[in-house]
Amino acid sequence: MKRLLLLVLLPVTAAAADEGQIRLKEGAGRELVESNCAVCHSLDYIQTNSPFLDRKGWEATLSKMVNAMGAPIPKEDVPMIVEYLSQYYGK
Amino acid sequence: MNRRNFLKGVSSGLVLGGAGLVWPRMPLAVPVSMGPAELPAGTLEASLLEALPGKKPLIKKTFRPPNYETPVAYFNDLYTPNDAFFVRYHVVNIPEVAAQPWKLKLGGEALQTPVELSLDDLTRSFERVELSAVCMCAGNRRGLFQPHVPGVQWGNGAMGNARWVGVRLRDVLNKAGVRKDAVEVVFDGADSGIAAYKTPDFVKSLPMWKALDENTLIAFEMNGAPLPHWNGFPARLVVPGWAATYWVKQLTSIDVIAKPFEGFWMKPAYRIPIGKFPNVDRFITQETAVNTPITDMVVNSLITNIEEGQRFRPGQSVDVKGMAWDGGYGIRTVEVSLDEGQSWRPATLGQDIGRFAWRQWSYRFKPARRGKLTVMAKASNRIGQTQTADLILNPAGYHHNLIQKATIQVG
Repeated sequence: MKRLLLLVLLPVTAAAADEGQIRLKEGAGRELVESNCAVCHSLDYIQTNSPFLDRKGWEATLSKMVNAMGAPIPKEDVPMIVEYLSQYYGK
Repeated sequence: MNRRNFLKGVSSGLVLGGAGLVWPRMPLAVPVSMGPAELPAGTLEASLLEALPGKKPLIKKTFRPPNYETPVAYFNDLYTPNDAFFVRYHVVNIPEVAAQPWKLKLGGEALQTPVELSLDDLTRSFERVELSAVCMCAGNRRGLFQPHVPGVQWGNGAMGNARWVGVRLRDVLNKAGVRKDAVEVVFDGADSGIAAYKTPDFVKSLPMWKALDENTLIAFEMNGAPLPHWNGFPARLVVPGWAATYWVKQLTSIDVIAKPFEGFWMKPAYRIPIGKFPNVDRFITQETAVNTPITDMVVNSLITNIEEGQRFRPGQSVDVKGMAWDGGYGIRTVEVSLDEGQSWRPATLGQDIGRFAWRQWSYRFKPARRGKLTVMAKASNRIGQTQTADLILNPAGYHHNLIQKATIQVG
């Protein structure tokens, strides 16, 4: 079966999922990534864009976020963020 | 059951199956597809069924800005229900806009008389126009590109077909008077980025010829009801045939300008390489030597009622259903192949509800033998374009119109 099928065996209840439930992978730099990236967008942007970007790809993404989207990421934080994303959400 | 499946369970009551959609009264074992297996693994893991206020559970791609796609089972209907219509935002501040005191401001240096219109002005002062049209995100199926490209990793559901009611943008502009030096029309909505960081506001422009096309509307109704908040209440642009990036929601201002608009979401965003795609519509004032804004949609189709790997009994008839659409030239044929593309047979086309809408199709057959069988579908339009056998790669992952495939299991 090529498509993902998930068996759900639960009654229907009213409980909304929200971005607060997103947990990025444990690792050096996680808190730095969360505090910088979540200022502007939910962290599922990282999860969903994985695992197919290499280091260069994540560098380009960081550069777009800072230069085009105005992300207020301190220059000194960028290498650590790229390192975390490449290691835990890279290919 | 792991945490992710639990979340999917509690956030949805939706049962997706080949036959359509039902709401269970009792706990049921239901297959919930988060999209094709070709999507990035991280996309499938992070996806869940989640209902925004006023919406049915849709496939959540990202929470903030909200990007939610429609489960494909809804596309078995000719019109996509408003509460199941996909949601796509680029920036995070999305105000609830009330019908009053909402005003649409028309201006710009190439408009003779600046004017402000209330919703009543808009609905009462101009001819009411109704048309059916596909609204499809430029990046629909981006997640199916190989190799993957960054962006919202859409599967097949960043689209829908609706009956739109509104007034012609042309009538509104002409009443205010368009000057001869007009080059583009610029559209802004109520949504905005984070001001402190100067996140680029989502602002789009159209060439004059498309803005003045008789089918380009300022719409305020969708499928017989006011636009849902998430789809642009109280008024949005409808640009039939063109990618939904131009269908600006929650319109607040329209400016007619005398030189090409420069904004992030026009350049460098939403660009395709020059000469790679068979598009007809050009946006010349925005073209560069290497790229051009995306314009009309390429001819395309989707199989809507077969789950990948679905089992059929030997001797049982298989009804394949789907829909096909293009940039507004009209679908001429949809063909189906059961032999890996060696031979093609015409599918039966459904009702023609207009050249900008999607066209339903169906094909019935009895599999000749047991085993795996790949069903392929290919649409062609009235100007002779057809779906592609090889994906046309481009940096942002637009115009995915590969010949469609679904594999079934007989016996």
